[in-house]
Amino acid sequence: MIRYIPSTINHLILLIGLTIMIVPVWVIFASSTHTSLFINTNGLQFSLGDNFIENYSRVLFKKAGFFNEITVLKMFFNSFVMATGIATLSVVTSLMAAYGLVYFRIKYASFIFWLIFVTLLVPLELRVMPTYIVISKLNLLNSFAGLIIPISASAIATFFFRQFYKSIPEELLEAAKLDGTNSWKFFIDFLVPLSKTMIAAVFIFMFVFGYNQYLWPLIMTTTEEYWTVVMGLKTMYGSISHRFAFVIMSMIPPLVIIIFLQKWFIQGIFQNK
Amino acid sequence: MSFLELKNITKIYPNGTKAVDETSLNVEDGEFVVFVGPSGCGKSTLLRMIAGLEDITGGEISLDGVIINNIDPSERDVAMVFQNYALYPHMTVFNNMAYGLKNRGISKDKINSKVNDAAKLLEIDQLLDRKPSMLSGGQRQRVAMGRAIVRNPKIFLFDEPLSNLDAKLRNQMRLEIKKLQRQMDVTSIFVTHDQTEAMTLGDRIVVINDGIVEQVGTPKEIYSNPNTKFVAEFIGSPQMNLFDCSIKNGIAKIGEAQVNLDNLININDASIGIRPDDIQITDSGKFESKANLVEYLGSDMIIYSSIGGQDFSCKLSSKIDVKAGDNFKFDITPSSIHVFDNNTNKKV
Repeated sequence: MIRYIPSTINHLILLIGLTIMIVPVWVIFASSTHTSLFINTNGLQFSLGDNFIENYSRVLFKKAGFFNEITVLKMFFNSFVMATGIATLSVVTSLMAAYGLVYFRIKYASFIFWLIFVTLLVPLELRVMPTYIVISKLNLLNSFAGLIIPISASAIATFFFRQFYKSIPEELLEAAKLDGTNSWKFFIDFLVPLSKTMIAAVFIFMFVFGYNQYLWPLIMTTTEEYWTVVMGLKTMYGSISHRFAFVIMSMIPPLVIIIFLQKWFIQGIFQNK
Repeated sequence: MSFLELKNITKIYPNGTKAVDETSLNVEDGEFVVFVGPSGCGKSTLLRMIAGLEDITGGEISLDGVIINNIDPSERDVAMVFQNYALYPHMTVFNNMAYGLKNRGISKDKINSKVNDAAKLLEIDQLLDRKPSMLSGGQRQRVAMGRAIVRNPKIFLFDEPLSNLDAKLRNQMRLEIKKLQRQMDVTSIFVTHDQTEAMTLGDRIVVINDGIVEQVGTPKEIYSNPNTKFVAEFIGSPQMNLFDCSIKNGIAKIGEAQVNLDNLININDASIGIRPDDIQITDSGKFESKANLVEYLGSDMIIYSSIGGQDFSCKLSSKIDVKAGDNFKFDITPSSIHVFDNNTNKKV
């Protein structure tokens, strides 16, 4: 009997935590299925209403924004492109940067690495003016490239990959050399498959990071065509149940990514093989 | 011209350490040569230079008549088995063995048949779909060998491949490597710090110490006729007894004891070496000593004792009844004594 008590307590703590996190989401979801009139008169709801389809389809497909130029569906598309672009480019650039730093005899490699690492101290919010000027001079304002490129290199991901590469035994490279690999093949045939789980972890991280971007898209887009979900949330007017529906929908993409990749994500974070 | 020729090979690391010093060596086609020496003696460095994994500071290596100093490791046609096997963890056994062939642009059918043949030879044909992490140490060892075999290289290089196995498996794999080498008749170089492995595997042994080749010879030559004090001590288990002494007119004085030698030499500062199994215990023995410790090994036993303040051991049949604390008498045949000059450390 005694041995069940610790796990009961553990579960109790987990349940409390879960409740704290789930309840607000549930309240928003339940309220989003009622009409605004009903919410305004009766307050927030715990039970489901009948307006689910009506509210959600209206939010998704009706043109919104200041000038009514964009639908929420398009915002989702923009956010998805931006987040995927940022995650993909981050993975590619940091994989390659780490490869260069670890496997090539570069002079001052560790100095270069620390230089990259120091950029963690200069987030986009700090360098938003110069970045804006650069992007505008490149004629990339109001484009996906402009949304993605300034955030597509990640020092922390480079750091993760570098540490991982350093833990790969030297003999693996030597055996591969004797088997006739060149540097590109070694990267593709060995490092990429070996860091698969890590790539998944970094991808999720950067996807959520990219999805959550607010300031940069706000500054560099002047037409509503490139609005993202997070910007939409901030500037949203209209009835309360529609806003709630939008909030619920905005949570779905990161959630889906995490659900699908979480096995790899956890392996990647605790990887010591 | 020999199959593999090392000419005055020197390796100096960027930090100034001299790992290999002016080493020259010839290896004939089909020969099994073992590099043996204590850790850090440069034997692995020498092997890695042959493989092309280490730059050569000075000298020349030629393989099959071609100087390979500046040839890329992948084009030298050598295969290497590493100490930790260096299997590709994300590939199946089949792909581990096929990878080198794929890179050489060999057709799929040929790869299939080569890998399957090698796998059958090594008895790992039922493991081809597994990943290395699902294999035991011995199986991994076989895969590493298989990866080397499928390539049909000019030369096999083994870098202490048995040191990660337990004692029983080590003996078994040792035999298999020897058998396989005979069967395939491929020139092989095997690096080890274990003198038993060296003695049992090699057609010839190269004893290396501090980056210098101390002696090259067949196991028998090395054992019965060591050129230097180092070789004398390093080869043979239990190791050779060395007594510091001065020699006058062919008589070595170890403390009070006097040992007659074969030839009438005079050396002030000398060592005489006697193998533990060259000491005979007889009641009519000229020398007497007390057994400090007796190790029973089954058919043999080893007695640890001292004479003239210098420790020594003797190995004899355990049928003789000597217990720790007993006094015993023994004799030494003059012809079994090795004499070394302590100034040069070389055999006299």
